[in-house]
Amino acid sequence: MSYQQARWIEPLIFELSKPGRVGSSLPGKPRGSINVPKELLREKLELPELSEPEVVRHYTRLSQMNYGVDSGFYPLGSCTMKYNPKVCEELAALETASCIHPHQAEETVQGALELMYRLERFLAEIAGVARISLQPSAGAHGEFIAMLLTRAYHKSERDGKRDRVIVPDSAHGTNPASAAMAGYEVVTVPSNARGRVDLEALKAAVSERTAALMLTNPNTLGLFENQIIDIAEVIHDAGGLLFYDGANLNGILGKTRPGDMGFDIVHFNLHKTFATPHGGGGPGAGPIGVQKELEKFLPVPVVEYDRKRKRYYFDYNRPHSIGKIKGFYGNFGVLVKAYAYLLLMGAEGLNEVTEAAVLNANYIMHKLLGVKGYELKFDASGPCKHEVVFSTESLKLETGVTARDVAKRLLDHGIHAPTYYFPPIVPEALMIEPTETEPREELDHFVDVLNTIAQEARSNPEKLRSAPTATAIGKLDEAKASREPILSWGTHRKSAKK
Amino acid sequence: MVKVGNYDVPEGLYYSREHEWVKLEGKLARVGATDYAQSKLGDVVYVELPEVGKQVKQATEPKTKEMELGAVESIKAVSAVYSPLSGAVKETNAALQERPELINTSPYNEGWICVLEPSALETELKNLMDAKAYVEFLKKPE
Repeated sequence: MSYQQARWIEPLIFELSKPGRVGSSLPGKPRGSINVPKELLREKLELPELSEPEVVRHYTRLSQMNYGVDSGFYPLGSCTMKYNPKVCEELAALETASCIHPHQAEETVQGALELMYRLERFLAEIAGVARISLQPSAGAHGEFIAMLLTRAYHKSERDGKRDRVIVPDSAHGTNPASAAMAGYEVVTVPSNARGRVDLEALKAAVSERTAALMLTNPNTLGLFENQIIDIAEVIHDAGGLLFYDGANLNGILGKTRPGDMGFDIVHFNLHKTFATPHGGGGPGAGPIGVQKELEKFLPVPVVEYDRKRKRYYFDYNRPHSIGKIKGFYGNFGVLVKAYAYLLLMGAEGLNEVTEAAVLNANYIMHKLLGVKGYELKFDASGPCKHEVVFSTESLKLETGVTARDVAKRLLDHGIHAPTYYFPPIVPEALMIEPTETEPREELDHFVDVLNTIAQEARSNPEKLRSAPTATAIGKLDEAKASREPILSWGTHRKSAKK
Repeated sequence: MVKVGNYDVPEGLYYSREHEWVKLEGKLARVGATDYAQSKLGDVVYVELPEVGKQVKQATEPKTKEMELGAVESIKAVSAVYSPLSGAVKETNAALQERPELINTSPYNEGWICVLEPSALETELKNLMDAKAYVEFLKKPE
């Protein structure tokens, strides 16, 4: 069965507004006064005016047009759009987790502190590191903190002249962005024909200016960097640090550990691998783990346990810390979900997650290799990990149909598109990550649909170029949207006036 | 004009492995992205031009910032423009700020990116390809 999007022609909520209409009436005027500086006061709020049922219907209709992991297969590569157990949501919503306040006295939130203390130890064991900070609020925030830790480390070693960070050409765009934000110059190293870091090019790239290498393993092609021990040696011999981007942790969970591979700093995306739904715009959590020699630089506070008093507490007394990086202590709800998920799964369960995720990706790889129009650009003699990147370049040469057309046509067939045009080193890339939560029938159906689309590309390329046509909103002009971004009602009205 | 597949490769220009073209104009060199490059980029939505006066180095591996002539942002990705020659930026194509799509519609003419004053033209030209060599380069599997 495939998903069919509801096709409501739903206006914006502002366009539904009728002057004077109200949803609920407040009992009297608010008492007291708030001192808002005059320059911040607005004469009109310009909020939409609607009744309660109108608002409910508006958002219900929008939700019926939505597609998510709960509606169907979502093979968005590099994003790990897996099904997250609902029980984790229920636990995070418990009053004891959701109705506490960070300004409460420590003795009244001992349970919350204990949860964070224990989660930290779980994550440290999974990654093979000494210590964790749960504070970073998202993946890129975690990367950025890793770069600040790198800077603090080199400075303390009186090695502050290191000003370059090396990033492979297959890396996520957030890697060079995080390094640049932290003031580093980014050096790119190419991949080899096997889709891994070119070790010789890496040797040529390191110098006394190298601060760190940022590496995702498995990398964005879904391939394990099996020269990682050599890579670590090259970086460490040059005096640099090795940073692990945890984007693809779902491919090695419980099987191997970044710490054992030689990584000094490790980052996690709790919102990918550990039971927080991903892709909804947050909140997320991007904890950072470090080896012993970097521990003292971690952001304040860290959660500690006082054995004498039998109390958990926030430790702010850390003179070498890079300082405060987030209000309070991270996104607690996400931490609750991760802790619940780890207790649910156990070590054995995490092993099974990886095995099923990798098996599913390899199943798709082998089935799709038999379909003309989809090919691999890198050596496919070995298995992939949790995701696989196909190229539709030959289909484009044969029919003119692009990877984007194929992705959009999948929507007409009721399946979410994979990531396309990433990583940029693969021409006409389709990046497929099925995740461990999909059954075989779903994978078979996906490959069948891709096969159908390849045939459609040959028999009716025009139809594919105008896809999607079965969705509520058809093909968008992406270039115009980027050149003239209209992101709010205010800008929309202004541009309409012009 | 030579054609490889659907891509134009005009004669008389020099080409880099990073898919930039060079047109010699007396002592100066005009630089842009090739038809192949613009096709791979997809619709260009923004061009970050280099600053006039910037000193750049000819691109080699590993790539560094000193080799960058700004960047081109398309609906697919942001890509650095790597300088095909060492030298100083003399002039940039201001028209690209209003009409970045010129890189797609006219890669070899109106879509030029900048003019360089090369500092080691003679030795560095040897590292570039002529139209014939670039055609062969494009034909090679990636």
